[in-house]
Amino acid sequence: MSYEVKLDIFEGPLDLLLYLIRKNELDIYNIPMALITEQYLAHLELMKALNLDLAGEYLVLAATLVHIKSKMLLPVEEGEKEGEDEADPRAELVRQLLEYQAFKEVALSLDKRKLLDRDVFKRIQPADETADEEEEPMVEVTLFELIEAFKQVAERMDKEELLEIDTERISLSDRINEILEDLAREKSLSFTDLLKTSHTRKGIIYTLLAILELMKMRVVRAFQADPFGPIRIFPAVEESTDG
Amino acid sequence: MDDVRAIVEALVFASDAPLSVERLKDILGDMERKAILEILQDIELEYRQRSGGLCLMEVAGGYQFRTKTEYAPWIKKLRGIRPVPLSPAAMETLSVVAYRQPVTRQEIEKIRGVDVSGSLKGLLEKKLIRIVGRKNVPGKPIMYGTTKRFLEVFDLKDLSELPTMREITEMEE
Repeated sequence: MSYEVKLDIFEGPLDLLLYLIRKNELDIYNIPMALITEQYLAHLELMKALNLDLAGEYLVLAATLVHIKSKMLLPVEEGEKEGEDEADPRAELVRQLLEYQAFKEVALSLDKRKLLDRDVFKRIQPADETADEEEEPMVEVTLFELIEAFKQVAERMDKEELLEIDTERISLSDRINEILEDLAREKSLSFTDLLKTSHTRKGIIYTLLAILELMKMRVVRAFQADPFGPIRIFPAVEESTDG
Repeated sequence: MDDVRAIVEALVFASDAPLSVERLKDILGDMERKAILEILQDIELEYRQRSGGLCLMEVAGGYQFRTKTEYAPWIKKLRGIRPVPLSPAAMETLSVVAYRQPVTRQEIEKIRGVDVSGSLKGLLEKKLIRIVGRKNVPGKPIMYGTTKRFLEVFDLKDLSELPTMREITEMEE
């Protein structure tokens, strides 16, 4: 069996499958698995032949199609017939296709709106750097990430420090107040820089304890712009008062 | 009354971001919310009727003067740069984020059936989506949501103005 293949750019395996269903004018609720699997695999072959970058997801769906097809070939046992869950091996795929199709339609409808800087324009504003910073995506870090960052600083310290002489007597509340003073001045502090201000093992441990205590009291919060990025400590109060 | 109308028009024109009714109320002092809204609607109608190049649009919770769509080609000439349109892939990812927020990358990938890290990065750079937190499940995956800029760019008053999605809501039990 041969058929003409029109090669559109597909947004993914589900898109390709939807295209095949539409092209063959099939009922999405009653997909003939043999036909669709065959055409889907033929498309993959073609994409391979054209040296298109064939993402792994296409192969995953190919496997799913074959799996469903084989399941449908098996006779349904009498006992199973009553169970509603096992009704149709295609059910999950159909649900996924319908969901994807709905989002595809939404994407098209969004694209039809009057888009700023494409269909409509507003006055150009002077570049506002502070506004840019505000929108910078920051994620609150978890305890694990704090400990991980702490470990890195502590490990470095292990190599540098040979002898430990306990001369400076620091208290946790002193350290807490120091950090709060620094924060009032700087607005935000780098977690590693904070740790590095102490030169002794004891010092950095006190710093960590102080930060954890402050976080527990909800006085400060720790944020990170991206995974593995530097962690910064911010005062927990909203900065609505500053200009 | 005519005086206030002119003030409102001037305020909207001079504002950087879409100007909300609340903000106008703060500035104008003792004026009813309803009265301000009426003035805005009046201005909107006036701009629509006069054959000018501007229109008053309600976006992202406020009002803003924008050029009419038919004059887009000229503005593009003026600005000299052709804005890069969003790819269909990026539009699909953005749609999922808009309707399912807060949503993780894994959840988007389940719907789209493809790797979406590239389009997420692009949308983050364009400031159309932002990181809104972490989901409280193993691995604490990052959750994404849309920004105010998304509303501004897509001419939406707020998220509830998004076209309804019958098929999707029906499927969610």
